[in-house]
Amino acid sequence: METILQASRITKYFREPDPFKVLNEVSIDIKKGEFLSIAGKSGCGKSTLLYILSTMDTDFEGSLKINDKQLKGWKQNQLARFRNENLGFVFQFHFLLPEFSALRNVMLPALKLGKFPAGEIESRAIEKLQMVGMDMHARKSASRLSGGQQQRVAIARALINEPLIIMGDEPTGNLDKANSSIVFDIFRKLSQDNHQTIITVTHDPDFAHNSDRIIEMQDGMVVSA
Amino acid sequence: MNWTLAFGISVTHLITKRKQTLVAMMGVMFGISMFIVMISFMTGVNRFMEDVAMDGSPHVRIYNPVQVKDETILSGTDNHKSAWLVVHHQRPKNDLPKIKNAFMIAGKIEKLGAVKGVAPQVSSQVFFNNGPIQVSGTMSGIDVRKQKEFFNLESKMQSGNLDDLLRSADAIIVGRGLAKKMNVEAGDRVSITTPQGNTLVLRVAGTFAYGLSQFDDAKSFASIATVQKILMRDPSYITDLHIKLNDYTRAKPVAKEIREQFKIFTEDWETANSSLLATNKIRNAMTGIVSFTLLLVAGFGIYNIMNMNIVNKMKDIAILKATGFEGNDIVGIFLLQSVMIGFTGGLLGILLGYGCCSLLAITPFPEGEFFRMRTMPVNFDVKFYILGLLFGFVTTLLAGYFPALKAARVDPVKIIRG
Repeated sequence: METILQASRITKYFREPDPFKVLNEVSIDIKKGEFLSIAGKSGCGKSTLLYILSTMDTDFEGSLKINDKQLKGWKQNQLARFRNENLGFVFQFHFLLPEFSALRNVMLPALKLGKFPAGEIESRAIEKLQMVGMDMHARKSASRLSGGQQQRVAIARALINEPLIIMGDEPTGNLDKANSSIVFDIFRKLSQDNHQTIITVTHDPDFAHNSDRIIEMQDGMVVSA
Repeated sequence: MNWTLAFGISVTHLITKRKQTLVAMMGVMFGISMFIVMISFMTGVNRFMEDVAMDGSPHVRIYNPVQVKDETILSGTDNHKSAWLVVHHQRPKNDLPKIKNAFMIAGKIEKLGAVKGVAPQVSSQVFFNNGPIQVSGTMSGIDVRKQKEFFNLESKMQSGNLDDLLRSADAIIVGRGLAKKMNVEAGDRVSITTPQGNTLVLRVAGTFAYGLSQFDDAKSFASIATVQKILMRDPSYITDLHIKLNDYTRAKPVAKEIREQFKIFTEDWETANSSLLATNKIRNAMTGIVSFTLLLVAGFGIYNIMNMNIVNKMKDIAILKATGFEGNDIVGIFLLQSVMIGFTGGLLGILLGYGCCSLLAITPFPEGEFFRMRTMPVNFDVKFYILGLLFGFVTTLLAGYFPALKAARVDPVKIIRG
């Protein structure tokens, strides 16, 4: 299987309040279609690593290749476009835009990409909402949905541009058991049926154990892959 | 960047924060409306002053002022060449106020391109007598047709008929204030005494009012021939030439041209009314300062609200950036919001401004001694409304730009990780 993401010798310092090495020459290869969990204790640097992989954090040493593109050194706007087209995000706090409907939230990244006309984007968005079982709430304002529902909408939003990789930062961290398993099942299905690459950072041991591969981190280093 | 998308997001933001949007719009609205009221009123007053000045004096006036000549009568003799001649307390020479060759000069001036017309006058100080009282004033002999054509005297008539001056040699029209002082009406008789002591009884044919008490309380008009007769002068005796120009703003240069060409004393309307017009400059400066302050305050209002708005929307900005919105998109979203506030507020502002101006224009003005106006002078000029809208737009654009830039610089990682 081809490698979709290759991070090599990634080192990162926190400068405030005292200089501190969060990541120490971390290297990982992720294959296409893998469902990967990054696990580890609080403060081990797993989230920091994820934000570097997500291209949002550009302040690091080492190299990051996604889909054979060397992303180190790109400008912010180029990276934004790259994220828009190739990456999907699911965060611990669902981060929907509260003023917009669920449907509109899902549509926004696609409208930004502008690859399809608005009508087609809408039908695609409804399709994605169906996939996460939220199509009946499509017209509701995002602020009126429950936490679990919001997270499912956030997953639909992450999927809208058919990204290469979906990244999750504790996607179930803020959810109860029932909702956690719904979210996990959605990820599982995406990985099995669509061969979607998924990288999640998680505290939840069940979630981690049920994924394809676990990367254990400790003190800024990968201890087992 | 995608403007339609940014527009859609901006509109949603504005609608969901209805109260905040409304407050921001009202800030702009009051700023712009006050700006419009201010500038309309001030320019209205300025124009009123100019009109008063223009009514009172012709664009350029030619006359012989009383002046002391530098050269003395002794300078004509030969024996001063090796000596100083000093004359203490020299008196003005007894020159006639007559303009020499007045009609020939008038004809030549009328041919100048900038000149619309020239009206000759004969003016003199006189006493008006009605019964035992004496009222001092001036009497001007006018060419009625020219005065009508160029100086719009007809529109100043309060009662009676201007054309009576043409028909009868003993007709006179007097200012409203003067008529009131003497208690005369059209048809009554007044006797006129000249400085030389000649007396003549004239029939009041009507009254006029310029709205300027210094005129209405002292001036009177008769035909040139009548005044020449009272003064016992020949028909070539003309003391004033009143010149009307095509463009009144060119009065100064034209006056200078005539002065140099004909070696004759000229006075333009701005010089003649310099004290009246000096206040215009003060008003203009005041209008400028107050307008600027109003716009600045409105601008700071927008700046504050947009700043707060952005602080409240940090999470949204972070998520938009995470999902691929570029810095420009974020600037667009927030800039559009302030521009929409500015534009709508500006539109409301010009409506409110127009309303206030309309009310001001029907507000009665207490009748004073100096001017006579019934209501506040307001200048309804479309230019001010366009300017107001434009200012509102530019101010909010500037006030919104810096908060929007700040929004674009938000680091999504910091916000999302908390």
